[in-house]
Amino acid sequence: MSARLHRSRWSRGVERLFELGIRLGGFAAVVLLSGIMLFVVGEAWPFLLGRFDAIEFFTSTEWFPDSVVKVRYGALALFVGTLSVTALAMVAAVPVGLLGAIYLAELAPPRVREPGKIIIELLAAIPSVVWGFIALTVVSPLMVSVLDLPVGLNVANGALVLALMSLPVIISLGEDALRAVPDSYREAAEALGATRWETTTRVVVPAARNGLLAAVLLGVSRVVGETMAVLMATGHSVRIPHSIFDPVRTLTATIAAELGEAPKGGEHYRALFTIGLCLFVITFVINWLADRLIRRAAHRV
Amino acid sequence: MFEATEKTRGRVGRSHVMSLALGLLTVLLAAPTLIVLAVLVYRGAPALSLDFLLSPPRAGMTAGGIFPAIVGTFYLVGLSLLVSVPLGVMGAVYLTEYARPGRLLDFVHLAIVNLAGVPSIVHALFGVGAFVVFMRLGTSILAASLTLAVMNLPIVIAATRESLLAVPYSFRQASWALGASRAQTVWHIVLPNALPGILTGVVFAVSRAAGETAPILFTGVAFYLPSLPNNVFDQCMALSMHLFTITTQVVGVPESYPAATALVLIALVLSANAVSVVLRSRHRKNRRW
Amino acid sequence: MLRPALLITLLLTACRGPSDRVVVQNKGSDTMVNLAQAWAETFVLTHPRMAVEVSGGGSGTGIAALIQGSVDIANSSRAIRPEEADAAFKRHGRKVVAHMVALDALAVFVNSANPTDSLSFEQLACIFGEGGTCESWSDLGVTVPGCRDNQIVRVSRQSNSGTFQYFRETVVGPKKDLRLGSLDLNGSSETIRLVETTPCAIGYVGMGYLSPRVKPVCVSSGPDQPCVPPTALTARRHEYPITRPLFMYTLENPTDAQRVFLDWVGSAEGLRVLEHTGYVAVEPVVASGEAQ
Repeated sequence: MSARLHRSRWSRGVERLFELGIRLGGFAAVVLLSGIMLFVVGEAWPFLLGRFDAIEFFTSTEWFPDSVVKVRYGALALFVGTLSVTALAMVAAVPVGLLGAIYLAELAPPRVREPGKIIIELLAAIPSVVWGFIALTVVSPLMVSVLDLPVGLNVANGALVLALMSLPVIISLGEDALRAVPDSYREAAEALGATRWETTTRVVVPAARNGLLAAVLLGVSRVVGETMAVLMATGHSVRIPHSIFDPVRTLTATIAAELGEAPKGGEHYRALFTIGLCLFVITFVINWLADRLIRRAAHRV
Repeated sequence: MFEATEKTRGRVGRSHVMSLALGLLTVLLAAPTLIVLAVLVYRGAPALSLDFLLSPPRAGMTAGGIFPAIVGTFYLVGLSLLVSVPLGVMGAVYLTEYARPGRLLDFVHLAIVNLAGVPSIVHALFGVGAFVVFMRLGTSILAASLTLAVMNLPIVIAATRESLLAVPYSFRQASWALGASRAQTVWHIVLPNALPGILTGVVFAVSRAAGETAPILFTGVAFYLPSLPNNVFDQCMALSMHLFTITTQVVGVPESYPAATALVLIALVLSANAVSVVLRSRHRKNRRW
Repeated sequence: MLRPALLITLLLTACRGPSDRVVVQNKGSDTMVNLAQAWAETFVLTHPRMAVEVSGGGSGTGIAALIQGSVDIANSSRAIRPEEADAAFKRHGRKVVAHMVALDALAVFVNSANPTDSLSFEQLACIFGEGGTCESWSDLGVTVPGCRDNQIVRVSRQSNSGTFQYFRETVVGPKKDLRLGSLDLNGSSETIRLVETTPCAIGYVGMGYLSPRVKPVCVSSGPDQPCVPPTALTARRHEYPITRPLFMYTLENPTDAQRVFLDWVGSAEGLRVLEHTGYVAVEPVVASGEAQ
């Protein structure tokens, strides 16, 4: 090691340059990242100061961004759409995901664990637009013919796809959280005569509680931000759903569907940035909470 | 040593039963993945051929192949990596090896963690606002690649940072003790040891860039282009976008085409993932500490 | 961030091959993007030294680009406004010339199980329009087998698509909105697939996109008007009430390349492509008359 170092002893100039590069790179990365926030706020700003009416935006379901009669920006139905799809997806994904994580981390024999992880990675590798394609061409006709529904693009279809998409996140992060629990905990429990199941449920899972919650939160954040799959699966219909088989429209899908033809710099364009800002804030809060939980967990262990 | 009482046997039995039940549940998880893949193969296989991969769409996308979309995806992924990898690695090196711990570093860490979770459609908004409009790049390969690069930057930084931190501190101390400078230590000791972890992050960035549709939808991808792009200011086609287009918009596309396009897209993403699996297992084997 | 980007740009532009093709730039209406693309693709087969580039963005975008001089041909699914034509004349000193290249007839269609045969504008406004009260097929006096609760599932399009706007203007009137709560899909193909598999559904789509697995209905524009089925013939005779012309606009005295392309579009070969993509050919007599 020292011989290699000796041969390539750098001149001061080269070293300065290397460090300058690193500093510049680090600086650029930080600037770029804060730029996202600035740009989204900046583009939404004129709308927020001008046409924006918080009461209309958050309480009206009338989303008519290019009405010929009266332009209205009521986004309530879009928020409810995102909320309903997310909630239903989580009802399905959280128990399955956490139980899967517990099994893979604590109970599975190694020859099951490895293929299990490969399956999870396979699930994670299917891109969003492919899920949308499946929802549209496979799930939707099935829902109509098997469940005798009026329409197959709805909350349940979107939630099914989103649940499958969030499972890899919840399982792999949940597994990490369980693994972070020191073996001494397990050894102590087993020394007291606890079975594998008792050790898992009464010692390891409670110890990993924060990390597991963080895994769930990050799953939620993934689902809230998902775009293409919900655009294709939920029916893209502005309304407050009365059942899980009603179509809805989400915040993300609205941006994806309307940004292309909203004239740049216009009111509609800025209204879409305002929706983007809301999404940014929602996911920011969720991620921040998850990060705090993870750090607290790391701190304690 | 201990007498197995009735009660203990019951508890052990329950432990086994629960293990088995959760095992079954996990096996069930494999079902959706396998069903999706099976459906895609069943529907897409008739279309898959060398000709499909190597010819452009014809007859208003109802015939021909997906060659320009494959090429476009490679351009977008490649160009976005050229930006996100050097910047991300330099950023992470700066944050872990140079920056002094303190409030600023905590803040930057928080920003990175959060930005890794920002929805891709918000990155699309940023791309349109910053690159297409503000920097006047128009809808172009460059604007789309930069958008993907920004989306992947926090991921590359986080992966690099994690693998830099995993290199034991004693390695650095040993290097300094031998008279090496900070920069030399980073270049000769820290980075080579962290390389497999960094590569895993890069591979993840590849699969994300190839699979995402939302960030490129408005920043550089065209519906149809008669010829391959000449330079980075042209638009290009992309597999993910092409799948969306032929699924929702173009009428008369043979049933097998979207499924075959999805298969090619998944194959690309999976081959990137396979590289990461190999790297990780090698890394585990070669780790000497 | 700028440095590497700039470097890459320089590198990639350096590799750019020499291009000796004459390019015709074509931009505008998203309704026409399929058609323009199909034309572009077939055209270059017989004109290897030319290329036609097609992009969407909407009719307004195309016309704005023509005024700015950044495209050769603007595709538009509406007639150019006088102020737009003036702006182009002021800027270039050349008048804008209209070429009516096709007709777009929107067919209203239902699932093949639906017994409905005809609908009036009034009924369509009741189904789709704001303030309309038709929620169930019973309101129209039919029972759809296989449709739960006999509920009407309205399939519409995204509010910024030209197809949506034209449907709205024609069917519910220029100063009225469509009712919220419809499924606003991304494209024609998605619309047709959904109606094919959904007994309760009703949708609208460019006539040529209709598949044999859905059922188009005849449409009457008023109480004493005849019910007209959507066919190429009724569209060409302007009898079918939801028919609109599609235009390509150029500046006066087009270049040779533009003229060659536009002439080809009107040729037998161009018409063959047109019919494949789902639009209706304009009869030559009508075309020249309207273009003035």
